[in-house]
Amino acid sequence: MGGMHVYLDHNATTPLASAALETVVAVLRGEFGNASSVHAFGQTAKSRIDGARAAVAELIGARPQEIVFTSGGTEADNLAIRGVAEAAGPRRHLVASAIEHEAVLDTLKALGKRGWATTLLPVDRRGIVTPEALEAALTPETALVSIMHANNEIGTIQPVAELAALARRRGAVFHTDAVQAVGKVPIAVDRLGVDLLSLSAHKFNGPQGAGALWVRRGRRLVAATTGGGQERRRRAGTENVAAIAGLGAAARIARAKLESGLDDVAALRDRLEAGILAEVPGAAVNGDPARRVPNTTNISFDGVEAEALLIALDLEGVAVSTGSACSSGTLEPSHVLRAMGLSPHRTQNSIRFSLGLGNSAEQIDRVVEIMPRVVGKLRALSRTGQHVGA
Amino acid sequence: MRIVAAMSGGVDSSVAAALLAEEGHDVVGLSMQLHDQREGDVQFGSCCTLDDLHDARRVADRLGIPHYIVNFERQFDEHVVSHFVRDYVAARTPIPCVRCNGDLKFTTLLGRARGLDAQAVATGHYAQVERSADGAYLLKRGVDRAKDQSYFLFTLTQAQLARARFPLGARSKPEVRAYAEARRLPVARKPDSHEICFVPDGDHAAFIERRAPDAVRPGRIVDAAGRTLGRHAGVHRFTVGQRRGLGLAGHTPLYVTALDAAAARVTVGPRSALERTTLRAAEVNWIAGRPPSGPLRVTAQIRHRHPAAAARVSPLEDGAAQVRFDAPQPAIAPGQAVVFYEDATVLGGGWIAG
Repeated sequence: MGGMHVYLDHNATTPLASAALETVVAVLRGEFGNASSVHAFGQTAKSRIDGARAAVAELIGARPQEIVFTSGGTEADNLAIRGVAEAAGPRRHLVASAIEHEAVLDTLKALGKRGWATTLLPVDRRGIVTPEALEAALTPETALVSIMHANNEIGTIQPVAELAALARRRGAVFHTDAVQAVGKVPIAVDRLGVDLLSLSAHKFNGPQGAGALWVRRGRRLVAATTGGGQERRRRAGTENVAAIAGLGAAARIARAKLESGLDDVAALRDRLEAGILAEVPGAAVNGDPARRVPNTTNISFDGVEAEALLIALDLEGVAVSTGSACSSGTLEPSHVLRAMGLSPHRTQNSIRFSLGLGNSAEQIDRVVEIMPRVVGKLRALSRTGQHVGA
Repeated sequence: MRIVAAMSGGVDSSVAAALLAEEGHDVVGLSMQLHDQREGDVQFGSCCTLDDLHDARRVADRLGIPHYIVNFERQFDEHVVSHFVRDYVAARTPIPCVRCNGDLKFTTLLGRARGLDAQAVATGHYAQVERSADGAYLLKRGVDRAKDQSYFLFTLTQAQLARARFPLGARSKPEVRAYAEARRLPVARKPDSHEICFVPDGDHAAFIERRAPDAVRPGRIVDAAGRTLGRHAGVHRFTVGQRRGLGLAGHTPLYVTALDAAAARVTVGPRSALERTTLRAAEVNWIAGRPPSGPLRVTAQIRHRHPAAAARVSPLEDGAAQVRFDAPQPAIAPGQAVVFYEDATVLGGGWIAG
C-alpha cells in the first residue's frame, strides 16, 4: 500500500513552521520568566509577548495594543461574544450565521438560555450569508453580529466588509471568527470594518494553545477571566509565553508568504479537486468555487458514507476530515452543509480536504490515484445494501 | 490478513483484538457508537458509553493498532432498539443482543470492514467457528461453558460465519483476564457488563414507556379460569415465569404463565402451570443453510442460562419449527430464542412464537 502519509487536514490543525518551533523551544528551554515580573527575567518574557503582539497586529493591519492573547480561537470567540453581550447593556439580541463554528454557535446557545435573544442567519446554496438576510434580522436591540470570515468545512469566504458595514450602521458591534482565514488570505481589519476578530495560531503553522482576539480601540468588552489584570484587564492569567511567541513567529512567516504571493497551495488544491472530479464519477464540490480560501475543497461522493471513506483513506495513509473534528468522535450530518440546503444524504457523504505546509504535487497525485479505487469499493458495498452476500 | 476487531471497551473484545494482533494480523479496531453521546447524559450504562469508547481507544493504543469510532446510531435504533420496544409491547421478552450480533456486528459492521479491505470481523464472543470436512462452517459453544455465548449467535448465516472470528472461543474467562493482565491492557480489571446496554438502570419498563407511550395499556391480572385478581400497568412490564412485581397477595406464590397484548391481560398461576412440553419457533435459521429433511433429536436451549434439554425438533413450512421436549420445561417465554444443539454444535435456532 506504500508508506507515504499525506496530511490533508490543515483546517483541523497544521504542522509547526520550523521558525515557530525554534521560537517555542527557545522560550521553553531558556526563558521561564513571568511577564508580569519587574526583573530581567520578567522583562525577557514581556519582550517575547510584545514582539508577538506586534507581529500579529501587523498580520491583520491592526495596532498592537488592540491584540488580546488567548488560549486559541474558541476562547477568543467566547471572549468576544460574552464580553460584548455583557457590556451591551439594554441591547439583548445576538446574531450569527447558521454555519458558524461551534465555538460561536454553542456560546450563543448558552447566552440564549440566560435570556439573550438570538438569531441564526440562513446561508444560500453556496454557503454565503446575504446582506438581505442580515438586514432582516437586525433590530434596535441587536448588540452583536458574529459572522465568520471563512468557513472551516467548505472554505467559503463571507462578504464580511459589506455585512459589517450594515451591522454597524444599525448600531451593532461586529465580530468575525477569522480562525480559518488568517494566514490563508490577506486581512486588514480596517478594510473589513469589523470591531472584533478571532484568530488561532495552530491554524497557520503556529503552536496549539495560543490565539488572539483583536478588539478595536474603544470597544467595550467585559473580561471573561479576572485576576492579575493581564492583557489590559481583558484576559487575566499568566501568559503562555512560549506559545504566544510561537504565534508571533507564525504570524511573521504568514505575512511574508502572503506578501510574496508565492504560496502555491491554491494550485495544489485545484490540482486535487480537478483530479478527483475527473477520476471519480459522482463527485461534486460543495460551497462557492470562487469565493473561498485557497487551501480547502469540500467534495461529496455520491453513494458513499463519509465516515467509511475517511477511515478507508486513513488506512491508505491519507488524512482527511468530514468537517469539524469533535472530541467525542460524534459524527452527525454537517450543520454547515445542512444549512446550505443540501440533501441529508449529501451532507453525509462529503469529505473536506484542506491543504497546507508540506503538501506536494506528488502527494496530491497519489491521492488522486487512490481515490477511484477506494470510493469504488465502498460504493460496491453500499449498493448491496451492506448485506453480506455469500 | 486484515481483520476488523469490534472493540466495545470491555475486557473480552480487547483481548480478542490483542490475540489477533499477536498472531500477526493487520488488526483495525472499530468501536460502534450506538447512541447520541453529545449531551453527556448517562443513558447508556455498562457498554458503549463515551468512557467505553475511550477505553477501547486506550487498548488500541496499547496494542499499536489503528482505532476508529463508527457511528451506527441509526442502524442500532432500527435493528435493535425498535425491535426491543415492539417485542415488549407485543408481550414478548426480547433478546436485543441476538439482533445486535446478527444485524449490526455481522451485517453493518462487517460491511464496513469489507470496505476497508478486511477479510473478517472479530468479536469477544465465547463461541467457536469450525469448518467441517465438506467445507461448511460450524458454530460451536465456547469452551468455557459458563461464558458460552453461542446462544446469542444462532442467526448467523454461512456467509457471516465465514467472516466471523471468535478468538476467545477456546479460552476460559480466567485465562482471558490473565492474558489481559499479562499484556497490561488498561481494561484488565474492568467489571463484566450484564445488563442491556441501552437500559443501564435495568428499568426496561420505564424505557418502553418513554419510547412507546401510546402503546402502553393497563389491564387485568387473571387466573387460569379468567377471574380478575388485580390490575397491571401494561403487559410490557411482565415476562412469562416472573413472580415478583405482581402486587398480588396470596398463600401460594403466583407466576406469570401467559401474556396477551391484544387483551392487555396477564395470566398467573402456580409454578406447576409454567411447565410446557412443546413450543413453536419462528424465523428459524439453520446454520447449515437449509432445514433438515426431517425431525431431529437435539438438545434445545430456551434462554441464555437454560441447561439445554433433550427434545425433538421438526421443521415446518415458512421457516418455522415445532419443538417437543422429552420432559416439561418451565417458563417458555415468547420472544426469547430457542437454540438447537447437537452436543456443542449449534444446528440452528428460532424465536419462540408460542
